[in-house]
Amino acid sequence: MKRSHLLLLVVLIALPWFSGEYYVNLASQILIAAIFAASLNLLVGYAGLTSLGHASYLGLSAYISAWLSLRMGLGHALTAPAALLATTLTGCAFGWIALRASGLGFLMLTLALSQIVWGLGYRWVGVTNGDNGLSGLTRPAPFGIDLANSAAYYWFVLIITTLVLLVIARFVNSPFGATLRGTRDQPRRMSSLGYDVWGIRWVTFVFASFLGAVAGLLYVYFNKYIHPSVMSVTVSAEALLAVIAGGSGTLAGPVVGAALVMLLKNYASAYVERWNMLMGFVFVFIVIVMPAGIVPGTQALLRRLGGGRK
Amino acid sequence: MQFWQIQTLNSFALGGLLFLLSSGFALIFGLMRIANLTHGALFMLGAYVAVSAMRAGFGLALAALIAALAVAAVGGLIERLVLRRLSGNAQGQVLATLGLSFIASDFCLIVWGGDTIPIQTPAMFQAPLRLFGLIFPTYRLVVVGIAIVVGVVLYLLMERTRLGAMIRAGVDDMQMARAVGIRASALFTIVFCLGALLAGLGGAVGGPIFSAYPGLDSDMLSLALIVVILGGIGSLVGTFVASFIIGFIYTFGTALLPDLAYVILFLPMVIVIAFRPTGLFGTIKT
Amino acid sequence: MSAALEVRGLCKAFGGISVTQDVSLTVAAGERRLIIGPNGAGKTTLFGLIAGEIKPDAGSVFVLGHDVTRLPIPARARVGMARTYQIINLFSKDTLAHNVVLSLLGLLPLRRNPIAALAARSDLYDKAHALLERVGLAARAQHRISEISYGEQRRVEIALALAQEPKLLLLDEPFAGLSQDERLIIKQLIAEIPRETAIVMIEHDMDIALEFAEKITVLHYGQLIVEGDRDKVVNDPMTREIYLGH
Repeated sequence: MKRSHLLLLVVLIALPWFSGEYYVNLASQILIAAIFAASLNLLVGYAGLTSLGHASYLGLSAYISAWLSLRMGLGHALTAPAALLATTLTGCAFGWIALRASGLGFLMLTLALSQIVWGLGYRWVGVTNGDNGLSGLTRPAPFGIDLANSAAYYWFVLIITTLVLLVIARFVNSPFGATLRGTRDQPRRMSSLGYDVWGIRWVTFVFASFLGAVAGLLYVYFNKYIHPSVMSVTVSAEALLAVIAGGSGTLAGPVVGAALVMLLKNYASAYVERWNMLMGFVFVFIVIVMPAGIVPGTQALLRRLGGGRK
Repeated sequence: MQFWQIQTLNSFALGGLLFLLSSGFALIFGLMRIANLTHGALFMLGAYVAVSAMRAGFGLALAALIAALAVAAVGGLIERLVLRRLSGNAQGQVLATLGLSFIASDFCLIVWGGDTIPIQTPAMFQAPLRLFGLIFPTYRLVVVGIAIVVGVVLYLLMERTRLGAMIRAGVDDMQMARAVGIRASALFTIVFCLGALLAGLGGAVGGPIFSAYPGLDSDMLSLALIVVILGGIGSLVGTFVASFIIGFIYTFGTALLPDLAYVILFLPMVIVIAFRPTGLFGTIKT
Repeated sequence: MSAALEVRGLCKAFGGISVTQDVSLTVAAGERRLIIGPNGAGKTTLFGLIAGEIKPDAGSVFVLGHDVTRLPIPARARVGMARTYQIINLFSKDTLAHNVVLSLLGLLPLRRNPIAALAARSDLYDKAHALLERVGLAARAQHRISEISYGEQRRVEIALALAQEPKLLLLDEPFAGLSQDERLIIKQLIAEIPRETAIVMIEHDMDIALEFAEKITVLHYGQLIVEGDRDKVVNDPMTREIYLGH
């Protein structure tokens, strides 16, 4: 880990001591969004597969965990692994279907699959309680540590986020990660070099859905409530926006992007109540003006301005 | 008996509306090779414009015409102002249409509010039709009729006109079409407007059945995606057949198993994709 | 010892037009075989059929005695087949060394490892360096593919194929689009490929290709017309008529 990363981590750990509860909660939400965006980035950035259905995994794991604890009365020690497992298995199946295609076909299939999951969330009232959502949920208490207060939960999320990002960094720099990027850039060539391109993509899809499920658990613990709208295309699009805005296929990009999107969303919902429209405009703006993402895009812009002055 | 008969007619009516919705999507996809994710929003916009037109005193027929033309104009603006800037970047275009769909749906929320607005069935179609001792809701028959007329017109347009020949050439091979002097730029705008027009018309004609409500865009986009994936992306015949298949499955699914209607929608799509990744009638493998 | 490549009765038609008609040929281990034929003779289709990119309507393909007719492309690589491409499709954003490492990794179980640090595997990078040395590009190992010339990219193409240590190497027009000097370099590289590797080449450039070939197969309209050693084929009236044009 670089020194700057360690410094950032120290600042993040210290955050609850120098900022109010509102910002601590906002920071927790940003970290959860960062995990979610980073998991989507495995597909979008490293596999070159633009998914518009990632919210399914966040929502499924949140709902499964909520349902198991409310209706089955199970404790967190059981609901968490069960939710992760069931969601990952769904990822196995959805990946198998969506990867029948690549490119735009993949995008459309992931969107269609997630719309079905979203529709189920609204209509399968017996299980999901429909538009009323499921409430009365609790946070886990790992090793007897109570996570009810904001700071404690923030630290918990910070630990998980750090772990997830380290795992992702390991993954993309591994031999498997290198082959994944190879399938993104030259799938035909990879296949003739002896790689099972489909298998590599599928494994990545499943891994991304697992990490999406981790974000889902953190999300439902944070809110102690779950509503079908978390599975909507809006949530998938927010994560995609974070990935693209930050810079897809980079480790820091989605984290920066998630922070920007969450801050913007927070600002927009507090003052103008027009988050969807704002997000739409940002989407169009990023795609047209800074397709490489804000971080690389700004650098390029500055370079061009600098070059122009000479 | 009455149940099956009504639901069958409902299925046909939904199938017809899905065809209006999806045929535009399929046309745009076939020619421009992009998935137009604003399509659901354009459908919803059609419904809302019809609401306003009817409030201004127009009948549904005229309101539907106004809605179709207004939405076509919006489609033209989208193509000219946004998609044009991203030509050659299919993924960028699709993401731009996604962004535009959020803008459009929020726009509708601002203008028409968050409550469901019912659209009156025209008086002349309100009385049920009695045929062979069976009772039919007349308007549903009208919707099926409109869908069939649109289908025939589209078929004639594609197969019998110069414009259709140019579109077909572009669908087959855009570069070749350019080489023989077809102006792709104009063709793209025309097809995008046409696709939007069909979506807007669908929204207005479907108004008395669906009403206009926030979220209509998302519901319709899902159904359009399922239809085109099932029918084969870019195939008009496939879209026609798949629209009615989905119309039946969704109508009966909702009536018999309301909780799980969405899962039932999902099954035919999965089965077809598993065995034929190009869809039932498709030739484009994406 | 089984033949490096054996093709039996391969047939392929596209939309009713027969592109490969009942082609059978055998390439011995270590042999240098040239496949020629005028445009539209079906050379590229035959290559695609052997490489697994095109599925045959009938017939079978054996590599080193294994029936690979129904094997997917990556499994063919594992049997010992490698190929180069006519159109450059290297990993253009990556370094030369990384390109070769990806080729080396393709046949190692390490390729599935999601935890190890690839950059720390100096054994792979040393091997990649050695291979780049063989094609005379060791000095540019840390450059990106997009920074080197077209002729150099074709050499990397050969380094990637050599990294797979194939028993059967398919060369798809390796001289296409190269200058005279670059051709000589590629020719020398191909000449240095060890005898364990049988080579099948399709090529338009007759001067350079004939010199390479031990046996030549002539295709015409999807059919095998003449086959034999260089002198036999060059002097065959059929070849002269359909290909050499005199």
